[in-house]
Amino acid sequence: MTERKIRVLVAKPGLDGHDRGAKVVARALRDAGMEVIYTGLRQTPEMIAEAALQEDVDVVGLSVLSGAHMALTPRVMELLKANGQSHVKVFIGGIIPDEDLHRLKEMGVTGVYGPGASTDDIIREVKHAVMG
Amino acid sequence: MTLASSVLGGDRLALARLLTQVENDSLEGRAALAELFPHTGRAHLIGVTGAPGTGKSSLVNQLALHFRRQDDKRVAIVAVDPSSPFTGGAVLGDRVRMRDLAGDAGVFIRSMASRGSLGGLAQATASVVQVFDAAGYDIVMIETVGAGQSEVDIAGLAHTTIVVEAPGLGDDIQAIKAGILEIADILVVNKADRPGVENTERSLKSMLDLAHPSQRVFRHHGQIMSDSVQAAPRDGMIWIPPIQRTVSTEGTGIAELAGLVAKHAAHLRQSGDWASRERARLEVELDALIRETLMSRFREGVPQKQYDEIVEKVVKRNLSPWEAVKVLMNPHPGPSPRGRGESERSK
Ligand code: B12
Ligand SMILES: Nc1nc2c(ncn2[C@@H]2O[C@H](COP(=O)(O)OP(=O)(O)O)[C@@H](O)[C@H]2O)c(=O)[nH]1
Ligand SMILES: [Mg+2]
Repeated sequence: MTERKIRVLVAKPGLDGHDRGAKVVARALRDAGMEVIYTGLRQTPEMIAEAALQEDVDVVGLSVLSGAHMALTPRVMELLKANGQSHVKVFIGGIIPDEDLHRLKEMGVTGVYGPGASTDDIIREVKHAVMG
Repeated sequence: MTLASSVLGGDRLALARLLTQVENDSLEGRAALAELFPHTGRAHLIGVTGAPGTGKSSLVNQLALHFRRQDDKRVAIVAVDPSSPFTGGAVLGDRVRMRDLAGDAGVFIRSMASRGSLGGLAQATASVVQVFDAAGYDIVMIETVGAGQSEVDIAGLAHTTIVVEAPGLGDDIQAIKAGILEIADILVVNKADRPGVENTERSLKSMLDLAHPSQRVFRHHGQIMSDSVQAAPRDGMIWIPPIQRTVSTEGTGIAELAGLVAKHAAHLRQSGDWASRERARLEVELDALIRETLMSRFREGVPQKQYDEIVEKVVKRNLSPWEAVKVLMNPHPGPSPRGRGESERSK
């Protein structure tokens, strides 16, 4: 039997084209032994939830640098739940003002990361969230 | 309700979860496969292979759109990408080119990491395809890793294998080797909007003629040659891999390609090749499972320490690999092997 792999969807919701951070994080998670499904730019929350379902991921990672995180995140969370995937852990990175942190956590977001976040921290916290 | 029965009932979340179980080769996955197996054998399995960057994912995207819009077929896509041999992780990026398919409940895309398998597919790809087949998808498309020349596993899995080439990928036809050409049922020259299409197509044609010398006669003399009628199979019974130009970013040539795919399926059914491929396909799968089972059963019976010691002897050239196999397969040789054929031969 094969060992269980952590599967992560890394997506860029909305219209912003900053994809460096998403790619850096995707590669870091791969190098930590995870299977990362990268969906590319301009994903709607519907596309993200659908991909998360088809790929049966453990984690959805959103990268938002446009400031639209407070509009996009709740919708993604809602759709995951509607699809029966409320067990999926959601991580967010990008340009997230401190004052939004609390509300994101309240929505059920597991981790939030800004510019300069260490990928080692991200890897550790993703593993912890999935494996306990 | 078992996962398998939910899958048969059309539950997409159950399908996704079962695919994970099957991919991880869990006991639950194996039980579900057994339950689903009687429902398989209906889907048309289409393999898409070719070097990285030739446009396989873009082509699969377009073909799937076509099958949905023109034929109203339910389409599943299995997209395999390589795992890192060092970390075991993977970035699976084929979905980036398949965004046109989002929002269509008649399409299901699943990305798979190769997990150490070398033939262009993952070990569990055949089983994943079986689940889609049982779940009622009319067409299952399988995109291989695309590492190049050793990617022939797909021919053992798919009914129809499409080999994708593109102009401007290094030294013309360096990328295409006979091995991969031989598995092609249909050849696609994608990126036909790029300079060099004619060259790529010409090289493909000449390589095809070399690979299928008997079929070359056919092509040079029209549909069928009058003086070889007795020797050759009946009209239409020989399939000459056609070459189709496409531009996957725009959809050019896709309808024609879909036509060729349908024609190939019809050919397989008329010639009886569908049944023989199906048999060969299942035989390959069974063989692989037997090999895997025997191997793991064997490794369970050999203590790791003993195994390591023997590897060490091989490394030091104290034992040849064949001698090592003999020792490992016969771990407790008595003082006198009582005249077993094997030990006598070894003298
Ligand atoms: C490089 C850059 C660009 C490049 C982007 C290139 C590319 N392909 O990515 C270019 C020049 C194209 C660009 C354009 C624009 N930019 Co710009 N850009 C930047 C800049 C300087 C750095 C971003 C970057 O790549 N950082 C490096 C990566 C590795 O860091 P990161 O993305 O932050 O990722 C880290 C963490 O956030 C986290 N993370 C990120 N994603 C994820 C995901 C998950 C799952 C997890 C766990 C963690 C995580 O981990 C990463 C590693 O530490 C930032 C300023 C800044 N300091 O952030 C502005 C910035 C993001 N840009 C900005 C703006 C306004 C624009 C433009 C609109 C400018 C304009 N008027 O034209 C355009 C819009 C482009 C578009 N189509 O969306 C603003 C955004 C303001 C806001 N949100 O309120 C910023 C903040 C600059 C500023 N201070 O005003 N930009
Ligand atoms: N010009 C041109 N580019 C194409 C065509 N098909 C695919 N591409 C581009 O080729 C690159 C690789 O395509 P992809 O489908 O990911 O190839 P794969 O690695 O074989 O799956 C992408 O940038 C595509 O947009 C085509 O017909 N013409
Ligand atoms: Mg691809």
